[in-house]
Amino acid sequence: MFLIHCPYCGELRDEQEYRCAGEAFIQRPGLDCTDEQWGDYVFNRTNPKGRVVEQWAHSAGCRKLFVVERNNVTNEIYAVRTFESYKEQA
Amino acid sequence: MKYSWLEVFKAGLSGQKQWPAAWPEVSPKAAYDVIIVGGGGHGLATAYYLARDFPGTRVAVLEKGWIGGGNTGRNTTIVRSNYLWDEATNLYEHSMKLWEGLSNDLNFNVMFSQRGVYNLGHTLQDMRDIERRVNANMLNGVDAEIVSVAELKERIPILETGKHVRYPVMGASCQPRGGVARHDAVAWGFARAAAKQGVDIIQNCEVQAMDIEGGRMKGLQTSRGYIKADRVGCVTAGHSSVLAGMAGFRLPVTSHPLQAFVSEPMKPVLHTVVMSNAVHGYVSQSDKGDLVIGAGLDPYSGYSQRGSPHIIDHCASAIIELFPIFSRVRLNRQWGGIVDVCPDACPIISPIPQVQGLYFNCGWGTGGFKATPGSGNVFAHTIGQDKPHPLAAPFHINRFVTGALIDEHGAAAVAH
Repeated sequence: MFLIHCPYCGELRDEQEYRCAGEAFIQRPGLDCTDEQWGDYVFNRTNPKGRVVEQWAHSAGCRKLFVVERNNVTNEIYAVRTFESYKEQA
Repeated sequence: MKYSWLEVFKAGLSGQKQWPAAWPEVSPKAAYDVIIVGGGGHGLATAYYLARDFPGTRVAVLEKGWIGGGNTGRNTTIVRSNYLWDEATNLYEHSMKLWEGLSNDLNFNVMFSQRGVYNLGHTLQDMRDIERRVNANMLNGVDAEIVSVAELKERIPILETGKHVRYPVMGASCQPRGGVARHDAVAWGFARAAAKQGVDIIQNCEVQAMDIEGGRMKGLQTSRGYIKADRVGCVTAGHSSVLAGMAGFRLPVTSHPLQAFVSEPMKPVLHTVVMSNAVHGYVSQSDKGDLVIGAGLDPYSGYSQRGSPHIIDHCASAIIELFPIFSRVRLNRQWGGIVDVCPDACPIISPIPQVQGLYFNCGWGTGGFKATPGSGNVFAHTIGQDKPHPLAAPFHINRFVTGALIDEHGAAAVAH
């Protein structure tokens, strides 16, 4: 079990309040893409061991989606950030 | 040595101390025809059938830890073949038929016990799905029956069938040929039988890199040196994506912790296997007497082999609602395994199009144990003949390009 800090509610809450929504920043290909590119977008995942960048939703709280950088072996959380903060960084 | 009652008797004269090692400890050779990465049940079964059905093939199994130390020794040992779609049913039924003769084939008692598997329904929709699946099973020649609540009460007296609970039981499907097997024995039996056919079983040997040249497999860099092989089969369950990463491609799987736990040993109280998708739990009693209980997946990706306590809590409450008699049973151990979940809840048994000579057998998700012999058998033929075995063909990785998925969430889900 681990706790996640919601960047919107500003509180450290139990993981059960959240829902993991998979790897973050998956780019949707253009409509002119091949079947291989589409299949890759829909199904294939990097699924790394160690540092992952995921989207989590505070589903039993503010219901907003944000980004969690987590170690999926130790469940240590490195950073919790809003999508906006990545945009500003870029 | 062939194991038999006579050998047990003879060894008994010297206090059962004269048994030779079941398989030899070997160091890796410089080259093999086929290397199987992963010494779990599926990997060892693949090696066994490769060596048996393709004589002369030099085969090695590389295991980073010890034989059967991964998911093979961490599952709840349930075996059944009552899947919905033809492709999946054919594959799992092929496996079931191999299970039925496995102890004889391997000359090793895998303690396969066909004590029946019940899948409970708690809603009208559950019951419709059960009827549909039972009919599909019968059309495919798989034994299946629908069991009413009254009949359930008769057959499993300790099951709570009253109406006053949160999710009353409305009926069940039953596969009488389903059951359980001893998972360690499966790993040891396949390892021993494979070694007897000349397979080198190399433990504590981790693959660190793949040597791929011009789209062709050349060999593997391991923690025990470089090993040449132009055919490599990866059977590494939760760590499949890590190996795919070494080969430079991605898989349509996500790794999750899946938890299970056992109680203290008790006198026989439950003679069959009971599973419920709706309330999320399944239970059987091992020959040793402990209740073996399986929970659902942890919902986030992970490689932690632990999982979250609230999943156990959820599962334990479901089991207690189904079996109030278990409410004071104390639990002994809890653990997690890392399972690779595929989007259609079906495995990938396939050559890898990007690399000539590379094959993957993965994506079994929460329910690979039941398929151990069948999976090894069709994967061995896929590697041996360099073309998919007819039963494995629908499970080609290309289905994630063509869209021909085999949606087994209904018959798979938690209930593995």
